[in-house]
Amino acid sequence: MAQRSDRILGADQLGKLIETLTRKGYEVIGPTVRDGAIVYDQIASLDDLPKGWTDEQKPGYYRLNRRNDDSLFGYAVGPQSWKKYTHPAEVRLWAAERQEATFRILNNEEKPEPPRAFLGTRSCELAALGVQDRVLLEDKCRDPIYERYRRGAFVIAVQCTQAAATCFCASMATGPKISGGFDLVLTELLDPKRHCFLVAAGSDRGVEVLSELKTSSATDEDRRDAAARVEAAAKQQVRSIDTAGIKELLYTNFEHPRWDNVASRCLTCANCTMVCPTCFCTSVEDVSDISGDHAERWRRWDSCFTQNFSYIHGGSVRTSAKARYRQWMTHKLASWIDQFGSSGCVGCGRCITWCPVGIDITEEVRAIREGGNNGNP
Amino acid sequence: METSSTSDPMLPHPYVIQEVCKETPDTFTLRLDPENGVVDQSVFQPGQFSMIWVFGVGELPISISGNPALHDRLVYTVRSVGQATHSLVNQSVGNAVGIRGPFGTCWPVEAARGRDVIVVAGGIGLAPLRPVIYQVLQNRKDYGRLVILYGARSPRDLLYRKELAKWARSLETQVLVTVDYGGLSWRGHVGVVTTLFKYCRLQPARSVAMVCGPEIMMRFVVRELEVRGLSRDDLYVSMERNMKCAVGFCGHCQYGPYFICKDGPVFRYEQVRTLLEKYEL
Amino acid sequence: METLERVIAEHPFFTGLEDSFLSLTVGCASNVRFKAGTYILKEGDVANTFYLIREGKVALELFAPQRKPIIVATIGIGEILGWSWLLEPYRWKFNARAIDDVRAIALDGRCLRNKCEENHDLGYEVLKRFAGIMEQRLDATRLQLLDVYAVKH
Repeated sequence: MAQRSDRILGADQLGKLIETLTRKGYEVIGPTVRDGAIVYDQIASLDDLPKGWTDEQKPGYYRLNRRNDDSLFGYAVGPQSWKKYTHPAEVRLWAAERQEATFRILNNEEKPEPPRAFLGTRSCELAALGVQDRVLLEDKCRDPIYERYRRGAFVIAVQCTQAAATCFCASMATGPKISGGFDLVLTELLDPKRHCFLVAAGSDRGVEVLSELKTSSATDEDRRDAAARVEAAAKQQVRSIDTAGIKELLYTNFEHPRWDNVASRCLTCANCTMVCPTCFCTSVEDVSDISGDHAERWRRWDSCFTQNFSYIHGGSVRTSAKARYRQWMTHKLASWIDQFGSSGCVGCGRCITWCPVGIDITEEVRAIREGGNNGNP
Repeated sequence: METSSTSDPMLPHPYVIQEVCKETPDTFTLRLDPENGVVDQSVFQPGQFSMIWVFGVGELPISISGNPALHDRLVYTVRSVGQATHSLVNQSVGNAVGIRGPFGTCWPVEAARGRDVIVVAGGIGLAPLRPVIYQVLQNRKDYGRLVILYGARSPRDLLYRKELAKWARSLETQVLVTVDYGGLSWRGHVGVVTTLFKYCRLQPARSVAMVCGPEIMMRFVVRELEVRGLSRDDLYVSMERNMKCAVGFCGHCQYGPYFICKDGPVFRYEQVRTLLEKYEL
Repeated sequence: METLERVIAEHPFFTGLEDSFLSLTVGCASNVRFKAGTYILKEGDVANTFYLIREGKVALELFAPQRKPIIVATIGIGEILGWSWLLEPYRWKFNARAIDDVRAIALDGRCLRNKCEENHDLGYEVLKRFAGIMEQRLDATRLQLLDVYAVKH
């Protein structure tokens, strides 16, 4: 984004931003604290944001801790991602009714839903939206449901100024610096003297919204400050994946003993696929009522970790945990490249945090690369 | 029909069952006509499949096994192996089912023009190959020799027996049939389909082979064809995996880097050669 | 009308074997016919004569109590029927029944195996070919065993 359009937005003005978007008809979705985690939900005002909270993340571990300041975005990412809204977990595709020997698809017009504003989109999440755009909009078919929710969404990106121990977006080249794909981008500048945001618009409607807020001009020092904080977030990252030749690495190591090792730990609980912002697999369910006259087709999230995912007549193809973990990781890091031209992983680290046994995808790659031993994890 | 977007690939279109014909104790051929005269779903290439929806029961991926030159109908040969297939084959004539499609890649009937065509089918695998046979026989001078090798479990499991006999009488056409288990009244070959190769006169350099059947049978057959001198680029197989959406979104049908619903089900052997060897891929 | 000699010499099993062996084989060979339904070989019988099929199909059968005879494989044109003449105890393991009217060349297995005992170089060549055919049969049998067309539950 052109530097010259950077502005400074006071922290209190953020509330005005929420108001402005609401007035323009957007349902504002942002981070909020609930049940010990920072989740995405409808935000009415500044008070709903996780002021003064931070997240501590490790393999299989997530806690919220109090900060010693009033940072509004002083955390990394929570268990949910924006696919909660763009690729909903349960969607009715259509309904039909029986008509004697035939059937009729019913008028399936959805109730018009308000467009949403996504407040607090991280760099990895922007990358994930881009990855899902490629899968669901730019391949052989277009998913009309994803298109409707995605196109209407007003994206307010927030650059990370700190990283969790599970983050590795820097090594996946998806962050923490944000370069595009947003309507507005914010970087929180918080120090004893002030609390404000460096803000820039990335689209016409972003410019329009910004024009309704009180902003002051940004100085070069402001920009340097912001850049330094984002750089600090990058340097803070302790995890990484070496992506050089990773496609060939995983394709040619189908029988690597490490798969048996991870299989002995993996519960095939599917948490990783639920929290992953790029996982898109769904299943289709046909249901009917008791009278048998009314039928519906529903689409819901599914996971390649389930036994039935690969079921064909005669049995499932991937019955072992080993085969299913291998499928997920190989798809995410390797096959995705052949299918869609980029990695499926954006380095958000959610799968590491939310795995109940703490399997670390970066560690698994390292173990396979180093011709790893088949003993200790 | 409702005025929903006809371009939505997830919406089924009603087709009415005209005929249910019993081929074997558990396999039936259904002929369907479009209810509203819309024919998009019935214009298909050999090898493609439809998603057939039985009201309130579920949806099934079934290969189209009719004549590709006829656009006013759809023909499927369905084996009853579970709840959904059982429900489908027990539909009465006059009932409508929902059709989505056609989906997937097709057999290389264009690339095979001017060449010999070898069709090797195992069990229900003859159903997705029958459109190829129709195409070749209806355009006979555009193709060289036609060799049809077909293996089934036992004599009563053979599909299209009358047609097989008719095809055998066509010009420059050799039809060989074998079963794994012969009865005493069976006077034909007994043994797996690979044992038929020794009775064929093949011209490997001018042949294109299309193979369909259980995965393990396809593995053995392509191996035999390679030993007999066919090039890997002239060998085609049809793969099968769990199918839910058929448009590349649900992820279920992935086979290595391929989505069987859009990159397949027909593949050149070279595409899947290393994948076929991988257990639990 | 092809001579016995040419048919035998051109058969893959015999191709490349030394001339004296070939002459010996031809010398002991004769044309035979079996009407459909006849048993050509019987399980348990001494295995001395084997056959090169020129016309018709032969079923290899096994029978068990309470079951009708089971055809495990068919042998057709150009194939050799019977291998137990080459290995001890020189007894047939299956019944072989002509499905159609069968025309074949009968060959003297006892004579040939004695020659192999005398001349081990020749014996090695013969066994190599034999092993190749057995391998093909084993592969095919294993595949047949998998019952790939069955409905699984």
